[in-house]
Amino acid sequence: MSLTTETPSPRQLLMGNEAIAWGAIEAGVRVVAAYPGTPSTEVTEHIIQHAADYGIYAEWSVNEKVALETAIAASWAGARAMACMKQVGLNVASDPLMTLAYLGTKGGLVLVVADDPGPHSSQTEQDTRLFARFAKLPVLDPSTPAEAREMTKLAFELSESLKVPVILRPTTRTAHVCQDVEFSPPPRPAVPLPPLHFERDPNWAILPTLSAKKHRWLNACQKDMGRWFVEKKLNRVVPECSDADTVSVGIVTGGVSYNYVQEALANLGVSLPVYKVGGPTPLPAEDVLDYLQGKHAVFIVEEQEPVIEEQLTVAAFHRGIQIPIVGKLSGHLPREGEFNTNTVQAALRRYFAEVLPELSLPEVPTAQAGLTDIPAPPLRTPILCAGCPHRNSFYAFKKSLKGQDALFTGDIGCYTLGVMPPLRAADTIVCMGASVAMAAGFDRVEPARPHIAFLGDSTFFHSGIPPLINAVYNQARMTLVVLDNRTTAMTGHQPHPGLGWKGKQEPAPYIDIAAIAQACGVEWIRTVDPYDLPSMIAAAKEAVEYPGVSVIIARRDCISIAKRQIPHRIDDAACRRCGLCIRQFGCPALFEAPLTEEERQEGRKSGAVRIAREKCFGCGACAQVCPWDAISPEVQR
Amino acid sequence: MKTFNLVITGVGGQGGVLASRVFAEAALAAGYEVRTSETIGMAQREGSVISHVRIGEKLQGALIPEGTADLLVSLELSESLKGWSKLSPQGQAVINGRTIIPPAVGLGLTQYPEEEIVAFLQSQGTRVRLFDATSAAIEAGTARATNMVMLGALSTLPNMPVSADMLWQAAERILPPRLHEVNRKAFLAGQALGACPQAAPLVS
Repeated sequence: MSLTTETPSPRQLLMGNEAIAWGAIEAGVRVVAAYPGTPSTEVTEHIIQHAADYGIYAEWSVNEKVALETAIAASWAGARAMACMKQVGLNVASDPLMTLAYLGTKGGLVLVVADDPGPHSSQTEQDTRLFARFAKLPVLDPSTPAEAREMTKLAFELSESLKVPVILRPTTRTAHVCQDVEFSPPPRPAVPLPPLHFERDPNWAILPTLSAKKHRWLNACQKDMGRWFVEKKLNRVVPECSDADTVSVGIVTGGVSYNYVQEALANLGVSLPVYKVGGPTPLPAEDVLDYLQGKHAVFIVEEQEPVIEEQLTVAAFHRGIQIPIVGKLSGHLPREGEFNTNTVQAALRRYFAEVLPELSLPEVPTAQAGLTDIPAPPLRTPILCAGCPHRNSFYAFKKSLKGQDALFTGDIGCYTLGVMPPLRAADTIVCMGASVAMAAGFDRVEPARPHIAFLGDSTFFHSGIPPLINAVYNQARMTLVVLDNRTTAMTGHQPHPGLGWKGKQEPAPYIDIAAIAQACGVEWIRTVDPYDLPSMIAAAKEAVEYPGVSVIIARRDCISIAKRQIPHRIDDAACRRCGLCIRQFGCPALFEAPLTEEERQEGRKSGAVRIAREKCFGCGACAQVCPWDAISPEVQR
Repeated sequence: MKTFNLVITGVGGQGGVLASRVFAEAALAAGYEVRTSETIGMAQREGSVISHVRIGEKLQGALIPEGTADLLVSLELSESLKGWSKLSPQGQAVINGRTIIPPAVGLGLTQYPEEEIVAFLQSQGTRVRLFDATSAAIEAGTARATNMVMLGALSTLPNMPVSADMLWQAAERILPPRLHEVNRKAFLAGQALGACPQAAPLVS
């Protein structure tokens, strides 16, 4: 969704990730590689959209490690390169990252790593700034989409001037926030761009002797990184000149927290210069300490981990500065979860009352009075969509293995939602690809129990293949179900190697999951349509009985990319209101209507079963689940 | 001007993100600064979703603080309550009375107190407009245009920073042309409902 060009205004609504994409294009990025993951996905989606116009090579890689390695090669040949991922994606890419930090870059190399405090859509709340400290790499921490665009350009500059990879770290409320930004697309270059040439040099091949030398170099660079943040005013006092310096406490903040601090100060009617940290690691602490001169105390406001707070505390100690430094470690702010203006405002208010009792702070609205009278809304967790083929696969296995206490290892994707009732079809969830190795692992300690791993098609290519080889080679007994819905659904339908196309629908080699499984040594492989429940149930039974590694490919298009079929209806005369379709299958298009007065008088216990017509995809699974033949397609008018 | 805060709640898949973008684009065209923040990711799968839209001058964060929303739009009845704490005491609300019953209700894990919710909203007086927007959208051609019915309805409220024309023009810029006709019908139906919400009595 972007504004068309006929709008006269140069201001456009840009989502943070779109702003980062444009920043990279403006910086002349030549190679972009990524694996999708919320909240990072749209950066690469936007670049792919414009890649041809700007001579950019952009790809969805099979995983984040491959994406980063692709970017490293491009950088070492002299191109500006970028790898994009979510925070847990950096765990996968951490192996090349650690060595890359020692070897450095040639063309600017930027990693966009989007953090997800909350978390909204992730398995951890990990803070990429800590990862960067581990790797001793610089991080840029944007507060807004407009700033994210500028910082992307600066990140390439920094990477080239110091020869280190740079991490740009938007969080959800930068990546997924839209802001009006003055912007028009940069002029297009003559494409194709001239090819580059990688120059051989022993400094591109890590060996222990080189590693020892490079480690010293990387440590020596740390001060330069911090100095660069200050020179480029990424770390600065806002406002720069102020006569409002009557308040003797300091506030240090960065990322989206900066916005909340400014809004809270305005609401509280307090005016004071704030130290804004755009480059949190390695923190140029001397500059912050200069700001703190003459102040009695300092409050540090940062989401996720106390990264600025710890670095500043150490630096203050070394300089013999003994003012109280408060924030997360002191308990003034929560250690977990996402911040907002309310969190920060309440914390600042308490803090000001503590250190500046002479200030009189106005009452500001929190939530309106009388909120206690509000009825409790129903709990509404995300669940698999109506018509989702994954539901059928889970249901078939549950049905087929009834009474066998089978263990289901789950994975990362839409099918993670199989964990929700009534399916409860994921007993474990760890990370991308873990389902396969864990099913085999459980088999080592409880061989009598059926172990079934479920993972998606894109996840299979991401990290499902090595554990499958491992299970075959080490002779485990387990079943792997590849939930092949022909897309990377959860992140918004990116392609993967099993589809025969890539990028913007360009044709690409089709890599067959069944053929891979066969090449991995699996001897029992079956491809089944999960919309055909009886076949799915039969295949599940057979697969689990097989005394080795069996693989089912449950293949059916995701409902978001498939054509809607004929919606179904309930025959009230045939329906016995047994509730099986609701209580065992759990499609969100099915619901129980409230009891009518008449039904109450009849002594009925349950209301009529209904299908929400606008939700029903027409997959027909509920008709197969119903033991009374009470569900059928609507007669088409 | 004072910042205008709009909260849009609903269930993933109902088009809350599009509604938020249309409002934001209209505000941008009207010359305001804009910030939006929407739910993108896992919660889109039938979960509770919330969009924040802030327009005005010198904006900071995109998240709307508690008790400061000028307008709450809910695409689903019970979801209006999840955004209620954001609403200012003088704030207005436009609510689709149509329910989406989560499967957890059928499983006995949670309850959907529809009558209590309707009673609560009706007790709020004229600042709440409650009507069946889904029916109006279906009548216009597709339930997917429920978001457009809501935009049409909110455009009739007093003190809106953007006009109905500006909202529709923004929708036209964002929507693919083949969807203009059905969405236009839905938008107009929304305008009629906003002016006279009794025209579409609640059905369950």
